[in-house]
Amino acid sequence: MERSTPTGSRPFAYGRGLRTLSICTVLAMAVALGLVFFYAPLEAEQGFLQKIFYVHVPLAIITLCGFVLGGLLAIQHLRTRDQRWDYRSYVVIHMSLIFAIGTLITGSIWAKGSWGHWWVWSEPTLVSFLIIVLLYATYQPLRFAIEDPERQARYASVFAITAGAFVPMNFIAVRLSTAYLHPRVLGSTSNLPGPMALTFLVSLLAMALLFATLCKYELTAKHARAQVRALRRRLAGDTAPGRARSAAPTLQHVGTVPARAAGRSAV
Amino acid sequence: MSGVKELTDAPEAVPPAAPPPRRQTPLWATVRALLRKELLVELRTLESVPGMSLFALSTFVVFHFALNRNSVEGDEAAGILWVTLLFAAILGVNRLFVADAEEGGFDAFLLAPVERTALFVAKVLTLLAYLVALELVAVPAFALLLLGPALWPALPGLLATLALGDLGVAVIGTLVAALAVRTRARDLLGPLLALPLLVPIVIGGSRATAPLLVAGHRVGVGGPPIRWLLTLGLYDLVFGLIAYAVFDFLLED
Repeated sequence: MERSTPTGSRPFAYGRGLRTLSICTVLAMAVALGLVFFYAPLEAEQGFLQKIFYVHVPLAIITLCGFVLGGLLAIQHLRTRDQRWDYRSYVVIHMSLIFAIGTLITGSIWAKGSWGHWWVWSEPTLVSFLIIVLLYATYQPLRFAIEDPERQARYASVFAITAGAFVPMNFIAVRLSTAYLHPRVLGSTSNLPGPMALTFLVSLLAMALLFATLCKYELTAKHARAQVRALRRRLAGDTAPGRARSAAPTLQHVGTVPARAAGRSAV
Repeated sequence: MSGVKELTDAPEAVPPAAPPPRRQTPLWATVRALLRKELLVELRTLESVPGMSLFALSTFVVFHFALNRNSVEGDEAAGILWVTLLFAAILGVNRLFVADAEEGGFDAFLLAPVERTALFVAKVLTLLAYLVALELVAVPAFALLLLGPALWPALPGLLATLALGDLGVAVIGTLVAALAVRTRARDLLGPLLALPLLVPIVIGGSRATAPLLVAGHRVGVGGPPIRWLLTLGLYDLVFGLIAYAVFDFLLED
């Protein structure tokens, strides 16, 4: 992927280390699933159903960390005005939203299995999670509704920071509002027996690796597509920017394709 | 200020090529001027407050028929009051920056040598004034139309809760309005962004109000639960700081 550019600056290599990361992720997922099914003991009350805990809780933790991380990346974007931070923030939030939907589905299945209802209002974690998902569901429409790419990036960062700070506060508020009707047997790792805690931590690590890999894939794919598009346009001799309306940040204006910029300035 | 003093005291110390020091109007003078402008515009056009109040009244009527109840109390009363106030507030939030975006108010403001935070503070105070005006109509109307128990014993606690809730709604509403106003789908995005952010205010507000609106509540006996007032106050504070920190970035072009 490396190529020399007229300006001498090396293009940002999003794809570097992707293969190593992917292999690590596959291995970690395999180990985690192996531990879940063959090593972790069956829980006394819920039996086999409790195994969904090793998927659901890591998904939820990674989602929330991803939302907060998106806010931190957005702070970096507003501080440095480097569009690449916005790009990273976008990818992290986008991926967290996908993970969040996974969390809601696995949570619903678990609730149906153990409490008999698909949705339980008395479970504060579930309710606060839904509120957060509803808030972040407006992230893409917000981006989509702003045409100017620079303003889109700036407004999206303001949203990401506000929403990122909202995540922990919302959890506190909702938890305060709900009586603890259900015993929180699996609240933290400290009250888990050893094998379960080990399995949980490995699952969490595997899920974090999966998140990182998917984010890196999306970053690389978007970057490659932007480069291909720019090169193709240069080949056709078209110098007009011609930007399609999109919620995703485009990389044309951030200087990741210096060859094209140099070519345009020469013309 | 110090720049001006420097100029008059020691003019030879300033190199001749240096640009004159930028004079900034003090924050509160700017806020006062902006607030005066906002309230004057509202008084002359009457665009927001009458609409919000009328909306609240209609919503009470809708609740009466939808619930098929002549009077409500406790949890239900608190819920109806807060939902109505919230939706009426969102009407005001949607209109808060429209004139600035359409008539060039943003450009004029950015051309002036004033702090940008002033606009945020002035808009929060404007929205707060709208909300107080709305509640002056909506709360008595609610007591008249729907509330079963008497309003008087609940009034001190209710006022405290409403004040804290209004502050939060004003801060979040201003931030969301600024975020949504220059997008293509602002009427849609404003409420969509605002409602999840306002959920903690609804939680705190309705939980604090519910015990006040039950029959047999007396003045001085068991005010609104302190826990909920603290939650509301903390939420206001944190969101105030966040909005203060990020608002400037919405005003850059």
